[in-house]
Amino acid sequence: MNMMSEAAVEKALDQKMNTVPFKMIGKDVSVYYGEKRALFDVNLNVRENTVTALIGPSGCGKSTFLRTLNRMNDTIDSCRVTGKITLDEGDIYDPSIDVVELRARVGMVFQKPNPFPKSIYENVTYGPKIHGLARTKAELDQIVESSLQKAGLWNEVKDRLHESGTGLSGGQQQRLCIARAVAVSPEVILMDEPCSALDPIATAKVEELIHELRTNYTIVIVTHSMQQAARVSQRTAMFHLGNLVEENDTDKMFTNPDDQRTQDYIMGRFG
Amino acid sequence: MSTSLILLIILIVGLAAYFAGRARAMASSKGKLSVLHSLPGYHGVYVAIWAVLPAAFVLAIWLLASPFFVENSVRSALPESVHSQGSATTELMLGQVMQVANGLKLLNTEELAAVTSGSSNLRDALAAKGVPMANAGETYMVEAAQKYNSLKDGSRWVMSAVVLIIAIAGAVFAIRGISAPFRARNRVERVMLGALLLASSIAILTTVGIVGSMLSEAIRFFQSVSPSAFFFGTVWDPRFSAAGSGGTEGQFGLLPLLAGTLYIAFVAMLFAVPVGLFAAIYMAEYARPVVRGIAKPLLEILAGIPTIVYGFFALVTVGPFLRDISAQLNGLVTGNYVNFIQAQSVLTAGLVMGIMLIPFVSSLSDDIITQVPRSLRDGSLGLGATRSETIKRVILPAALPGIVGALLLTASRAVGETMIVVLAAGVAARMQLNPFEAMTTVTVKIVNQLTGDLEFNSPQTLVAFALGITLFAITLCLNIYALYIVRKYREQYE
Amino acid sequence: MTDMTSSVQSTFVRPAQARRDIGIKKRYAAERRFKAYGLAAILIGLFFLFVLLWTVVSKGYTAFQQTAITLPIEFSEQIIDPKNERGANPAKLMTANYPFLVRDALIKALGIDPANKPLVKQATDMVSASARTQLRDLVVANPAIIGTTANVSLLAEGNIDSANKGQIDLTVAEASRKVKDQQLEWMKKLTETGAMAKQFNTGLFTYGASSRPEAAGIGVAALGSLYMMLIVLVLALPIGVAASIYLEEFAPKNRLTDLIEVNINNLAAVPSIVYGLLGLSIFINFAGMPRSAALVGGLVLTLMTLPTIIIATRAALKAVPPSIRSAALGLGASKMQTIFHHVLPLAMPGVLTGTIIGLAHALGETAPLLLIGMVAFVVDYPGSPMDPSTALPVQIYMWANEAERAFVERTSGAIMILLIFLVVMNLGAILLRRRFERRW
Repeated sequence: MNMMSEAAVEKALDQKMNTVPFKMIGKDVSVYYGEKRALFDVNLNVRENTVTALIGPSGCGKSTFLRTLNRMNDTIDSCRVTGKITLDEGDIYDPSIDVVELRARVGMVFQKPNPFPKSIYENVTYGPKIHGLARTKAELDQIVESSLQKAGLWNEVKDRLHESGTGLSGGQQQRLCIARAVAVSPEVILMDEPCSALDPIATAKVEELIHELRTNYTIVIVTHSMQQAARVSQRTAMFHLGNLVEENDTDKMFTNPDDQRTQDYIMGRFG
Repeated sequence: MSTSLILLIILIVGLAAYFAGRARAMASSKGKLSVLHSLPGYHGVYVAIWAVLPAAFVLAIWLLASPFFVENSVRSALPESVHSQGSATTELMLGQVMQVANGLKLLNTEELAAVTSGSSNLRDALAAKGVPMANAGETYMVEAAQKYNSLKDGSRWVMSAVVLIIAIAGAVFAIRGISAPFRARNRVERVMLGALLLASSIAILTTVGIVGSMLSEAIRFFQSVSPSAFFFGTVWDPRFSAAGSGGTEGQFGLLPLLAGTLYIAFVAMLFAVPVGLFAAIYMAEYARPVVRGIAKPLLEILAGIPTIVYGFFALVTVGPFLRDISAQLNGLVTGNYVNFIQAQSVLTAGLVMGIMLIPFVSSLSDDIITQVPRSLRDGSLGLGATRSETIKRVILPAALPGIVGALLLTASRAVGETMIVVLAAGVAARMQLNPFEAMTTVTVKIVNQLTGDLEFNSPQTLVAFALGITLFAITLCLNIYALYIVRKYREQYE
Repeated sequence: MTDMTSSVQSTFVRPAQARRDIGIKKRYAAERRFKAYGLAAILIGLFFLFVLLWTVVSKGYTAFQQTAITLPIEFSEQIIDPKNERGANPAKLMTANYPFLVRDALIKALGIDPANKPLVKQATDMVSASARTQLRDLVVANPAIIGTTANVSLLAEGNIDSANKGQIDLTVAEASRKVKDQQLEWMKKLTETGAMAKQFNTGLFTYGASSRPEAAGIGVAALGSLYMMLIVLVLALPIGVAASIYLEEFAPKNRLTDLIEVNINNLAAVPSIVYGLLGLSIFINFAGMPRSAALVGGLVLTLMTLPTIIIATRAALKAVPPSIRSAALGLGASKMQTIFHHVLPLAMPGVLTGTIIGLAHALGETAPLLLIGMVAFVVDYPGSPMDPSTALPVQIYMWANEAERAFVERTSGAIMILLIFLVVMNLGAILLRRRFERRW
């Protein structure tokens, strides 16, 4: 029930979707792991200040595509990417583009919460420190407070900023990781199944957070849960066996998809 | 019968018992093996165990105990004149009697008769057979020696008989117990479990042996040298005195040796830690699989090279090189071509030991670093950190406890290393700070005090055990603390 | 898809914005420096490995050649047995003055005046003193040779050998040189006639200890090492496997087994010299075993190797998946049968790899052997592990303490042989691992 009403609200909000500019454009993106090909000529664009959900059965390539967007695939030796991905017109695989700078603009939140074994404060200031975004302690404090507030964690942790980040609950850890990503002030935030390791209450909090972050950031989220995709996203892309099957407004996707396979997947025929 | 012959006979009895037991089990199965609880082989082994184990046990006890009984009865048979001279003389005479006893066996009947009647000189007769004697033997010695020989032979015969009877009785007893429902396998497995338990207790026994033997010898040392003079003494000068001359007292100060040990280990770590750690980081984080596949085993060759080879390397290459280069440097600066680095020096030993330790540091740290979960690495890279920033700010801090453990293990190895310092550090026990001069270590002195001809009861040799237990205590603390840290670290990421 | 392409046209893309300054240049410089440190560290390690091996090989390869002087020796009855007593007293042949045979042969070959004593001495100094035993053994083995002349290849003295290999600095004044000008001249002459030549040094592999480098070899020490390795193999492998099986499969998990675990890990890191003290105190002083015996050395090395084997075996047992155990137990096998029929055979490659590595380590170990009296001058092959013997690394240690050039060469040669043994053993372990490695 909830899903339907949410979708209706989204529909009203997203009337002007087609006029929203593209933040990132993927053209003929293919990914190979050694000999094995994991993505086949994917053309997918990400709109600014929009939540784009990537769905599909496991092993369909959605996470692989997500990781091409900030070149996290570079950390895997055997991985090779072809095609073109741009961020605001700039090709992110261009040799002149620096991967560190790219990742400072395109942040990432991972499937399992992975706070550094350091204090909450140090977790959040890690990014600003390495990128030199703050000159003084006061500026850092400011960043910590605003990031934690954006991540909806400030009230829970403001009295124990110097305790270890690993001591938080799973949901809090994941929100800390989001705060950590937000602290760098990225333009795009990639989330790789951010709620898969969390309980329903923590999931609800993170989803609420994604909703709020949308105003300032472009978000791409990979999710296993179609309900989640319907709840949080405006655009949805469906992957299957390394191919992009369909990309559409979320409400259309869940009510009247163009592709038979999307229909089957949403009806739970495979997954 | 010699001991090995008796053992062989026991084993043959055991083998026969095996076949007998198997046959008996087969017979009691009446052609249907499935009625047996255990396979016939297990019945055979069960019988063989009964044949061999008790007999072997009695044999071992007898062999250990009989010399005491024989010696005691011979000792009491020595004339009163010997006993009256105190126990030291008695033991000395007893030793001679045993020597004579061995010698008598080499004589033929005529010579034996001549010796017993006193018509021929015992010493000459034995010397002709290659058995030297310290002084001319006395007649009572021949008697005692003959008694010794006859007791020994008698004991041996009785032992052989008893052991054989036990072996056969054991086998017979076991065979009579065999029937189809008999649980031979369970019994056999219980014995096997006992053997396994015994094997694993050897590890404990080794430690007990190390601590026990070294403590007891060290306590003997501390009876002649006070512990405070040893542990806090600043002069090492043991003065090997000629045996029996009494000689002047030596000084046994541990501190100069300990200072040298720690100094050399420190220099070695100073060299090995940065090199090993950076090598490990490069290997774990940067190197492509091909490079890693070549460089890692090559570096590990360094760990497989025996330390004596490093010692030789220090002696013929590194030492002379440092000496010559220091002379050249000195000459260039002051015009006086005199070397300021000795060929045997703290620096030489430390440097070569450092080379030896590189693979220890690098492979231990490599293991630790690769255990840091990938998610932390991704988390940092995903925020736009460079690799080196990720390593310095996330991976190394996360791996720090493990690395500290690895370094402590390495330090323990440096402290206990012997051959490199024996050949490269020198023997002068000094307390000083110049790394270009020779210093010596605990291990060098253990070797010095215990090689060559030695009189075992002097403090000069016993001090080696006091040094040994000190060394053992130091490395034990380092090892246990390091193992504890590394274990805690592993659990954290498992 | 069609929908998507149309939307591309209907929307615009924001132009690239001015970037934040996040100090890329400086950070990449730091990155490159850091990476360079790592690479440098590896190169330093490899450099020292290379220098070490190069030192050994460059100093040692000449040890595999030995200069020999082949002379027609006249086994003159006059010198060996002038009174013809050998029929009655064969021991006479043992004490005959064999060096005279060499002297006469040299006088003839070099054309020296026999009356010129200093010159004759210089000539006889060129031949190793081991010629005495060599000729004696020839004559004792075959007394019929007396009265005949035969070509015998004698070892050149160590310094002559060094000079022949070009290892002696001839620019040094003759007085302070071990090889005199006259001897050099003779060497030239002998080489021209083919009497003096370098040949493969079989003696290095067969001889025992000797104070003369040319007659020193590692044969005796290698046999001592072989005895010890056999003892270690026979004792440490079964005991280590048995202990590991108990600890891994049967021992209850409690404080005691925890203690054993810590204890074994600690034993693996105890300085080897401590094991030497243990051996001296327990095996020699307490149990009364002979000093310098391979048996004691083998026992000490066994205790030292056990922890390594136990740790490797336990790891191999742990790697066998529980499903194998469940399968066997499910068929009604007892726990003991399960382990000995299924788990242990599957773990065997790992066990053997660990054992070989432990053996290789034991083979190169020196320090504990010094304490149990294996620093011994052993000339004859030990007939049994109870006889005095020495070991390969100890022989290297003893030679390393000798100053003569020819000993440095032999030390390096012996190290090369030791390293070859170790390489072969380790390669064996690697091959074993490759061949039988199983991924579950």
